[in-house]
Amino acid sequence: MNLQHPLARSPVTGRTRPFIIDLAVAACALAIFFAIIRTGVYWMGRPVTVVPISNAIGALPVYAFYSIVRMSIAYLLSLIFAITYGYVAAYNPRVEPWMVAVLDILQSIPVLSFLPPVVLAMVALVPGHQMGIEMGVILLIFTGQVWNLAFSFYSSLKSIPKEMVEASRVYRYSAWQRFWQLEMPYATIGLIWNSIVSVAGGWFALIACEMFTMGDRNFQLPGLGSYLQTATASGDIRALLSGIAAVILIVVATDQLIWRPLIAWSDKFKFEQVESADRIASPILELLRRSTLSAIPGRIFAHVEEPIYRRMARTKECQVVHPLDEGEIRGKSSAGLWVLAVAASGAVCWGAAQAIFMLKTVTWPDLRLLLEGAAATFLRVNVSLLISAAWTVPVGVAIGFNPKLARIVQPLAQILASVPATAFFPILLIGLIQIGGGLGIGSIALMLLGTQWYILFNVIAGAISIPSDLREVASLYRFTRWQRWTKLILPGIFPYLITGMVTASGGAWNASVFAEYFHMPGRTLETIGLGAQIDAATASGRFPILLLATILISLMVVTMNRLVWRRLYRLAETRYKLEG
Amino acid sequence: MQETVIPTAAPNPAPVSEAIIRAEKIEKYYAQPSQNRIQVISATDLKIVPGEILALLGPSGSGKSTMLRMLSGLSTPTAGQVYWHEKPIADAEINVSIVFQSFALFPWLTVLENVEAPLQARGVSPDERRERSMKMLDTVGLDGFEAAYPKELSGGMKQRVGFARALVVEPEVLFMDEPFSALDVLTAENLRSELLELWANKTMPTKAVFLVTHNIEEAVLLADRIIVLGRNPGHIRTDFRVQLAQPRDRKSEPFTQLVDYIYKVLTKPDVAPAEAPDPQAGPRIRDQRQMHYQMLPHARPGGMAGLLELLLDKGGRDDIYRLAEDLAFEIDDLLPIVDAAQLLGFLNIEEGDAAITESGTEFANSEILRQKELFRDAAVEHVLLLRQIRRALESKSDHTVPEDFFLDMLDEQFSEEECLRQMETAVAWGRYAELFDFDAGRRRFVLPDMQDEDAAASEDAK
Repeated sequence: MNLQHPLARSPVTGRTRPFIIDLAVAACALAIFFAIIRTGVYWMGRPVTVVPISNAIGALPVYAFYSIVRMSIAYLLSLIFAITYGYVAAYNPRVEPWMVAVLDILQSIPVLSFLPPVVLAMVALVPGHQMGIEMGVILLIFTGQVWNLAFSFYSSLKSIPKEMVEASRVYRYSAWQRFWQLEMPYATIGLIWNSIVSVAGGWFALIACEMFTMGDRNFQLPGLGSYLQTATASGDIRALLSGIAAVILIVVATDQLIWRPLIAWSDKFKFEQVESADRIASPILELLRRSTLSAIPGRIFAHVEEPIYRRMARTKECQVVHPLDEGEIRGKSSAGLWVLAVAASGAVCWGAAQAIFMLKTVTWPDLRLLLEGAAATFLRVNVSLLISAAWTVPVGVAIGFNPKLARIVQPLAQILASVPATAFFPILLIGLIQIGGGLGIGSIALMLLGTQWYILFNVIAGAISIPSDLREVASLYRFTRWQRWTKLILPGIFPYLITGMVTASGGAWNASVFAEYFHMPGRTLETIGLGAQIDAATASGRFPILLLATILISLMVVTMNRLVWRRLYRLAETRYKLEG
Repeated sequence: MQETVIPTAAPNPAPVSEAIIRAEKIEKYYAQPSQNRIQVISATDLKIVPGEILALLGPSGSGKSTMLRMLSGLSTPTAGQVYWHEKPIADAEINVSIVFQSFALFPWLTVLENVEAPLQARGVSPDERRERSMKMLDTVGLDGFEAAYPKELSGGMKQRVGFARALVVEPEVLFMDEPFSALDVLTAENLRSELLELWANKTMPTKAVFLVTHNIEEAVLLADRIIVLGRNPGHIRTDFRVQLAQPRDRKSEPFTQLVDYIYKVLTKPDVAPAEAPDPQAGPRIRDQRQMHYQMLPHARPGGMAGLLELLLDKGGRDDIYRLAEDLAFEIDDLLPIVDAAQLLGFLNIEEGDAAITESGTEFANSEILRQKELFRDAAVEHVLLLRQIRRALESKSDHTVPEDFFLDMLDEQFSEEECLRQMETAVAWGRYAELFDFDAGRRRFVLPDMQDEDAAASEDAK
């Protein structure tokens, strides 16, 4: 038996279809090599703020490629950052409460409003290269993806069973071994599911922000988002449709080629004492496992890590057993740390003061307009949530009670939830305008498009989880339809419904920034709302308004989370939990 | 404390050889959110010497596991020091293993990888790692299972992996934290005798074994020396050698005598006074001996009724050890029920025997509604917390009181976790006795008749 690293372990079971697969894998490696070079050349080129976009369908693959590269880099950065952040937060009791609070707030802020300042900063940081603008957009997607990943990793670390941690301590695992054999495997499943949500959010933002106007400067990067927007602007429906098709294709391919194999593979990290019956199958994973080449990364890794283990074992660190309650006992902080804390809080105070100073230029009429906008957006978000819930609950329950149907629809809803609604938005608007609707309806429609799927697949999952004996009781005692819904179905799906609504609510707020303001050929569509004001302020470069609007939107989201969602969530966890 | 000297148990003689692990006046406190500190273990000296299996026995809440963790370096004592070969344990290169109750195997590693992992941590080369692990798997009887994942194995097999992982590093001291209590009776018995065999044949290089258990028979079966802990806070009640030759026979007279003796120690109220708490030791420390809330044993009223009925059947008096056997209960499961019945005045404990009282007899003979009445009277009379809740509810105009109010008062005396358990037990008793009702959604106590009146009022309104 060949022993490899736990994360790269893949039992090689004979070479059933060896050559073609191996060739394909090799070809993939070559293609990746070429892609890196190509990207490098483009990035290191002179900065061109407006890259002309062609409407030709033949140009689509190249644009798709650039978008995918942006997406992948942003995702990888998020993953690395999230793991570092979660690790630091979990193991440093002194900064832990701060870091968790930061996560909690940043998680709920709509990132799209940060686009202009971020791009400006990055352009200034990397002058003379296209990379500056690219980094700005990537950073933006990054900020949209990273927080829930970090939170997932952090809470996984915190929930590792105590005896497992004790085992790793008493057997004197090095930090390295603990990370790869305990922490990372334990966190993997959470990271994968959160990655799916994150990447979906990333596409949503990417499509929206590859092309934007700030003050008198236009930015336009080659990519699918720009392609779609240009196609809309020129009224080229054929290009628009093929662009949308490309986006859907990418999402489906990601689901089939990356997420499904990952989910199937992560099955072994399930923390369970007995093997469960249902598993997700992935033919791609099977193929990969059969390929001889798939063993190579594991073997290389084993070669790299052996010396690390040997060296770590010799350090003082690994020769004593470290008590778990070290932190509580020591407790005294060094002078250097105090200086650092004082310096940091000084800098924060200065920055906050500067920002508030900036707000002084905001006039009363501006403020009134902002508040009105806030009210309108608030209404719109909640109306779209209500509409989503109103249709997804009956439909989801009907599907969930029919296992055969559920098996088909549920993965479909999951894919639909990952398709960025921003891609459909232009064509939706064109349609709406033709039948005489405006952006008021359009923005709600966009929020619906982006959010209802989350609720749908959660409701389906909830309906499936209602034990069949409870349903039998309901029919045995001849519950009326009303009784069935109030006594059985709604309480049964409640925790799932809330989970779906929380995710959906976050998505809807994020969508509002994009949904209330839209450039069309020849005119700009706008409806009253905070999102519209953010976009308008971006376009005219009025940073104080932008700042205030962002603060308002964040405040609303955070308050809603605290007052409504968190309470409902707790209720769902305590009263409506169906213990299996 | 009264020492019952019986031939099989002798006071611990001075150890002949130097101790491997020596604890000097170790204490443990847990910090509470409310500035209070709860003492879990009072100053204790303890030695682990080569050549013996030492069993630590005690009721739940006596700090057995905390003691194990302090001795193995996983937890730092709040005061006092643990030495490894006379060197402070925090700086010494110690060589110990722990076998856990929950096995604590890594589910994503195969059996072989699980056993190899500790060797990997010590920088052993891959080939040697593999060889030593395979040999150890062979020793514990897992030959051929090396490629399996833990979740494919039965509980007994999992614990074998746990043993293999613990022994592969050739520990000087092998710690075991209730290693057999998650297993069924037969499997546990089997593993115990295999362990003894390994120990007797010196197949394992281990010099000493430290076993934490709540199973008295297990301790008497395995141990060369037994330490019994008491609780509130944890302290050593008695420490003696077991002078029975191996293999030991459960049915033999000396064996049952010893088991009986330990039962008596466990069920007898503490006699020896604990050391006075140090007034200079930082934030204020509660002496649990002066606490005004009794510690409610976590038992259900139904369990008490069952026990009393059984006792009545047996003529009103029986050995607790035999009761546990008749009920097929672990002593840890039975003791809370006995304690609870004693607290409510339904039975008395005398010399390891449970004797039913007059009120206990009446309780056992009554039907359910009368039982509830008797229980209510006994609860109000004997249990301060229940009395207080009831009074508070009666005196408040809206007849409801939030749970937090009582949690805050309990918090002065119990650890956070224990507070919640106390409250849970109080709610179960109060509901049974119809003293009050508890609205779990709003976390409030409610007077039961008030709710009925409310309901009646709203009915009227319709």
